[in-house]
Amino acid sequence: MIVAERKPMAEIIEMVKDCSRILVLACRGCVTVCSAGGEREAAALASLIRLGMKKQGKTIGIIEGSLVRQCDKEYIDAIDQWKGQYDAIISMACGVGVNFIANLRKDTLVFPALNTTFFGGSAEQGVWMEQCAGCGDCVLHLTGGLCPVARCAKSLMNGPCGGSVDGRCEINRDTECIWQSIHDRLSGLGRGAQMETIAPIRDWSSSGHGGPRKTVRDELTI
Amino acid sequence: MSFEPKITLFSCHYASQQSCAEHGKELEELGFPSTITMVRVPCTGKVQVTALLKAFEDGADGVYVVGCPAEGCHNVKGSVRAAKRVAAVKKALEELGVEGGRMEMYHLPRGLHPEFVATGVAMEKKIRALGPTPFQI
Repeated sequence: MIVAERKPMAEIIEMVKDCSRILVLACRGCVTVCSAGGEREAAALASLIRLGMKKQGKTIGIIEGSLVRQCDKEYIDAIDQWKGQYDAIISMACGVGVNFIANLRKDTLVFPALNTTFFGGSAEQGVWMEQCAGCGDCVLHLTGGLCPVARCAKSLMNGPCGGSVDGRCEINRDTECIWQSIHDRLSGLGRGAQMETIAPIRDWSSSGHGGPRKTVRDELTI
Repeated sequence: MSFEPKITLFSCHYASQQSCAEHGKELEELGFPSTITMVRVPCTGKVQVTALLKAFEDGADGVYVVGCPAEGCHNVKGSVRAAKRVAAVKKALEELGVEGGRMEMYHLPRGLHPEFVATGVAMEKKIRALGPTPFQI
């Protein structure tokens, strides 16, 4: 899922300081699962915004709403049920949702409530870990299913580097050296020889360095 | 101008059992501050962040939660969960430039203990020192 976290309140209050009515819009997709932008978090944010505005001696009217997702046109259309009732939308979706609202509602002011952080999963309750970098050229079949792009601090294709100590990363000792883990896992699977293969210099153009990416599947287009 | 604080207490059923005695009269006699409005809940683990924030929205100058001892919660981890939510609200208050000390968590044993009254007195003293919440307009 896409993992995100709420922006600092000072930043959010600054965005809405001139608004008298806002729509705090939760997303029932990834950000609900990672407890950053679901309906519960929207209720808490609405409360914090009201308090923050009160502290500035102002009042603000807040509508709390939610969409199934904010990354599909058909769901964005549901925003129209609140048409004319707000000065701005505070989107609690990931950055994709904010962009979609901006793309599809030319006259609507939209602000992000969250910082979109990474593609990850829940390691334990309340803890999420980055697992995928969305680089567009997956090498997981070569690395035992563990991603060196997202999980190696240097995104090395041939690791581990000389900074790996006791299976920990030199950049941050709290982080496992994913290349050590790749080695251990491949060895455990009887595929340790794969570590001997030298990965060639990588073409990173698929990872966004060639500009915004787009996927077109003709068999699905209308 | 004198300031009479408005304080909201969320207390679990077990830590606040004495509040029921003689319809709260015993607590009053023990010196429990009259500025504190108590909301009794089955377990503090059920108290959501939104409920704590709403208490501030409703005009509380301070809010505190009293739950079971961390290692002896009747519902195993309820009071630990509550403490984490209280910490989250303290942090959010500080992000708004408001004293985090307006929100506190206490862990107390069940039954009639002087600590229950003492924490109320301490909380009231602290909120009186902090003054009115800046959320009033």
